[in-house]
Amino acid sequence: MKKFETFSGVAVPMAGHNIDTDRIIPARFLKTIKRTGLGVNLFNDVRYNEDGSEKEDFILNHPQYRNSEILVAGDNFGCGSSREHAPWAITDFGIKCVISTSFADIFFNNSFKNGLLLIKVTPEQRDALLEDASHGENARIGIDLENQKILRPDGGEIAFDVDPFRKHCLLEGLDDIGITLQSDDKITSFEEKQKQSMPWMQGARV
Amino acid sequence: MAEPRTLFDKIWESHLVEEKDDGTCILYIDRQIIHEITSAQAFDGLRENNRPVRVPEAHLLVADHNVPTAGRADGIANEESRIQIELLEKNAKEFGLPFIDFLDVRQGIVHVIGPEQGFTQPGLTLVCGDSHTATHGALGALAFGIGTSEVEHVLATQTLLQKPSKNMRITINGELREGVTAKDIILAIIGEIGTAGGTGSVIEYAGSVIEDMSVEGRMTVCNMSIEAGARAGLVAPDQKVFDYLVGRPMAPKGAAWEQAVEYWKTLKSDNGAAYDIEVEFDAADIEPHVSWGTSPEMVGPIGGVVPNPTDINDEAKRQTVQGALEYMNIQPGMKLTDIHIDKVFIGSCTNSRIEDLRAAARVARGRKVAAGVYAMVVPGSGLIKEQAEAEGLDVIFTEAGFDWREPGCSMCLGMNGDMLEPGERSASTSNRNFQGRQGPGGRTHLVSPAMAAAAAVTGHLADVRGLSSAE
Ligand code: SF4
Repeated sequence: MKKFETFSGVAVPMAGHNIDTDRIIPARFLKTIKRTGLGVNLFNDVRYNEDGSEKEDFILNHPQYRNSEILVAGDNFGCGSSREHAPWAITDFGIKCVISTSFADIFFNNSFKNGLLLIKVTPEQRDALLEDASHGENARIGIDLENQKILRPDGGEIAFDVDPFRKHCLLEGLDDIGITLQSDDKITSFEEKQKQSMPWMQGARV
Repeated sequence: MAEPRTLFDKIWESHLVEEKDDGTCILYIDRQIIHEITSAQAFDGLRENNRPVRVPEAHLLVADHNVPTAGRADGIANEESRIQIELLEKNAKEFGLPFIDFLDVRQGIVHVIGPEQGFTQPGLTLVCGDSHTATHGALGALAFGIGTSEVEHVLATQTLLQKPSKNMRITINGELREGVTAKDIILAIIGEIGTAGGTGSVIEYAGSVIEDMSVEGRMTVCNMSIEAGARAGLVAPDQKVFDYLVGRPMAPKGAAWEQAVEYWKTLKSDNGAAYDIEVEFDAADIEPHVSWGTSPEMVGPIGGVVPNPTDINDEAKRQTVQGALEYMNIQPGMKLTDIHIDKVFIGSCTNSRIEDLRAAARVARGRKVAAGVYAMVVPGSGLIKEQAEAEGLDVIFTEAGFDWREPGCSMCLGMNGDMLEPGERSASTSNRNFQGRQGPGGRTHLVSPAMAAAAAVTGHLADVRGLSSAE
């Protein structure tokens, strides 16, 4: 995974609540067997007409938002299915950070595992950032994970919380599996104990 | 005396491998079910890093999301689908993992076949790369959906990095009204607490209504916990669950069975255990429900009308409802029973088990699918299909004009070619009514199996209770 570095970029505002994973990436694009290449289908059904041409009124089709790197969204972003294709599509498009008041649990986990930073803010802060984002290129927003700050175009700062473990993994570009395998002996001793106390748990396996 | 603990606390603690200083835990995962859509990239990850599968027998692989539901013996026409399904088998062989072929009679939707095979058991931790893994909580397993990176993590380490969830309890007591099913109960719950009402929580369902409910009905309730935003749903295992499991192919046998049941009997929340959130419902207040909008919280009793956005004070919420009504092409104040439908889908991991098919067949018997409506029944597994056929349900359905199909996820997510055309409207027993869920531009109304059959024979959303007199 790439290390997460401080950046500033265009933020795209999407004020609607409950933007679900079917909206982010419709099911028929899940036939892929790769992690990459889903960016063109991000928000596919609201982004393109049936003939494949772009819908003019969809915000990511506006020239100033085509290179957005931040998404500011309504409540409960990413609800719905467990498809990791949602963060894959978002990051493949070039977005590195999503800001909202709340996120669905599985989407939250999936995002961090793919280097996508999710920031929770208060409704007032979100509304202010939506306003900033509405100015497109003229109001770039900065994201400083190291110091846990959102840098607003007017020079203001919004501090945010982030789980220390997730922050560490993102900043260092670390892979969870490698970290867990450092506890291999503990996992093995758990398995041995379980075999003694609850043998059917193993016995039941096919 | 030890602190009273909830059922969730007990299962969690019995699977804790390590707790780090910042509260992150390594949680042992006993079982994983793997399907074709969310696993290819996980196996690639193992190969790239040269990692073996830690406990091969702890996994069960089956294709369901993308399989054709008709004529499958002739092979899979869609090339991408075929590649994905063949890859699942190839990965199973390469890593030596238990695998059910898509032509096998045991094939079916992951959340249907787990319990059916006895792979799902009380007290264990079970995951699957699919959010509706919550279903398995009906048997008292701690079961939740995960993403592909986590599928890989479980394959490699048999654990997950987790933080404990909040404890939430939903209690439903009282007398259920006629015609009200498990599906109506969970739709009413989501309508009340909202799609984020359970965020960060594991919901334990309790009360006399849950105790009296069949294991299948509990699966329907737990299944949609995710639509309430929860990580998982749970019901304390009881004699009904033990009776359900006994003799299933992967359930414990002989002395191991006795030992397991002894343990399973301890799996309930202690008196006085603390919950972060408690919600209570009176069963008598719950009517048969349908959804009218594009989020599972946009539901109402079938006797009601489409809400008026101008009655909503919160600006963002009003816009969301306004947008939903436009997408659904329905008007405020319209009677829900005046909404006409084009297609009916009876299936999905929410409602495709034998008692769901029986409930739908009771309504379909001797009636005809309304003119201009296409209705399909997709059993949850090959074994359910067999049983339904042994009971003659397929004949009831086909005589009424329903299409009787082969098992899979089908029109629940519109991936395998079973889908809504743009602008088409369905009454569906599945769990999600998101925009485009059943096909781009498609409009979905969530209902119970009996209400789906009622919609099929009337051509509009209908109250199953008024059917015999009115039609
Ligand atoms: S039936 Fe629908 S909800 Fe259930 S596993 Fe399949 S796609 Fe997911």
